[in-house]
This record gives sequence, structure tokens and C-alpha cells, in this order.
Amino acid sequence: MADPMRIRAVSKDGTVNVKVLMSHEMETGQRKDGSGKVVPAHFIQSVSATWQGKVVLSAQWGPAVSKNPFLEFNFKGGKKGDKIQVTWTDNKGDKRTDEATIN
Amino acid sequence: MNHTRRNVLRAGSGAGLMVLLATAGFIMPGAAVAADWNKAAFEGKTVSEAFKALGAGTPPNSADIIMRAPDIAENGAVVPVGIESKIPGTESIALLIEKNPSPLAAAFDIPAGTETAVATRVKMLETSNVYALVKANGKYFVAKKEIKVTLGGCGG
Repeated sequence: MADPMRIRAVSKDGTVNVKVLMSHEMETGQRKDGSGKVVPAHFIQSVSATWQGKVVLSAQWGPAVSKNPFLEFNFKGGKKGDKIQVTWTDNKGDKRTDEATIN
Repeated sequence: MNHTRRNVLRAGSGAGLMVLLATAGFIMPGAAVAADWNKAAFEGKTVSEAFKALGAGTPPNSADIIMRAPDIAENGAVVPVGIESKIPGTESIALLIEKNPSPLAAAFDIPAGTETAVATRVKMLETSNVYALVKANGKYFVAKKEIKVTLGGCGG
């Protein structure tokens, strides 16, 4: 199981700024290891963020997103104390969901 | 004609539909989007292949798409790119890197209530044009910017 995401959600003037830092190798499938064998691709394919059961952002990613991916977006309506959940799923079917409280 | 239109709808709005279903509680959001991963678009080897798989055809340029990215990236493994669309009705934003083995790096679906701007970090193999593809009210627009890479980031 991958390490937890770091999620920061800050509410200002009715808009919530969300910054997410995920922990993932994001292996491209192009790289070779020391013995010349191709390291199989292993990367996050989909990400979604929800607030009060509503999806506020969803994304599909390829292996070109950097290792330990960063994502930033803003949505309207969230208040201090509300929870936001972020889920990712990778190409091997692993998934992880983390929750943060809006500040 | 109908066939093309269907492809466009499927490629462009599939995730949007999934989001609706997920919102309504029919399916788990994570699983929904994963099932919808646009393999053809992500595995396209050229920008035009990826555009085609996304249903975008040959989109016109737009000055209302703003890319926030460095002119020169010292480390191709971590290139920060922000894209903002000022086009009304923006539904999705995709990021493509022309000279990567597969240009499409990321595609974001922007539901109503979410600002039409996203930022992330991507890998770049070498100096390349970077495209921001925006879908607004069912139409596609594009903007491009060249980012020079001092040290490539795709070979590891």
C-alpha cells in the first residue's frame, strides 16, 4: 500500500484551494534497470476529488506525470471544517483514498 | 457524421457521464474513472493521434488559454505546468507534450463549480512544444508553448 497523500485545502472568499501531493513511483515503462531489463510501467491512471459526495475534479493521467505527483485546483462552495476526499487508482489496480479537512 | 459525433461524445464526455453517475451514487468515483481511462489517447504516439483519440480533430488556437510553465526547465523529470482556460463553458483540459514517447500526459474533467484551472508536474524527454487542449461547450481549442529542457526526464 502506498504512503498517504498530503492534502491541503484552504478556504478563502468562498473558494477552496486544494493542493495534493501523492506518493507514487509513476514508472513510465520506458526505463531499463541495471541489468538492461525494462522496468514495467506503474503509474496512477485516475484521480478524483470529492466534496460532500460531489466530484469537484477528476483526471486521467499517463506515465508522463512526474513521480510523486502534484495536483492543484480550486472549487467553489466548500467551507472551513468540510471534508474533502481524494482517490487515485493506478494501472495495477491499486488504489488509495485520503481525506482532509478544509481550513 | 453520426459515427464521428458518437466518438467525440464518448472520448470527451465519457468521464463527465461517469462523474454524474458517481455523484448520483451509482458507482464509486475512483473505479468509474479508471474504467474510463482513454487508452487510445494515452498511447497515441503523436499529438495528432492523441487529438484524434480525444475527439478533438484539428482544434483552432485560442488566446484564452493561459499556460503557466517555465521557458527553460532545468530538470525534465519535474516540469511544473499550470493551465487556465478563460473560455466560457470549459469542461475539460488536457496537457500534451509533443516529443514525449506518448504526448498525452494528463486530462482533467472540470465539473461546474470548479475553476477552469489546474496545475501539475510532468516529465519531459527533451525540449518540446507543450499543448493545452481545452474542451468548451463541446468544441476544442488549443494553445502551445515551447519549453526548453536542459536535462531530459523520461529515461530516468
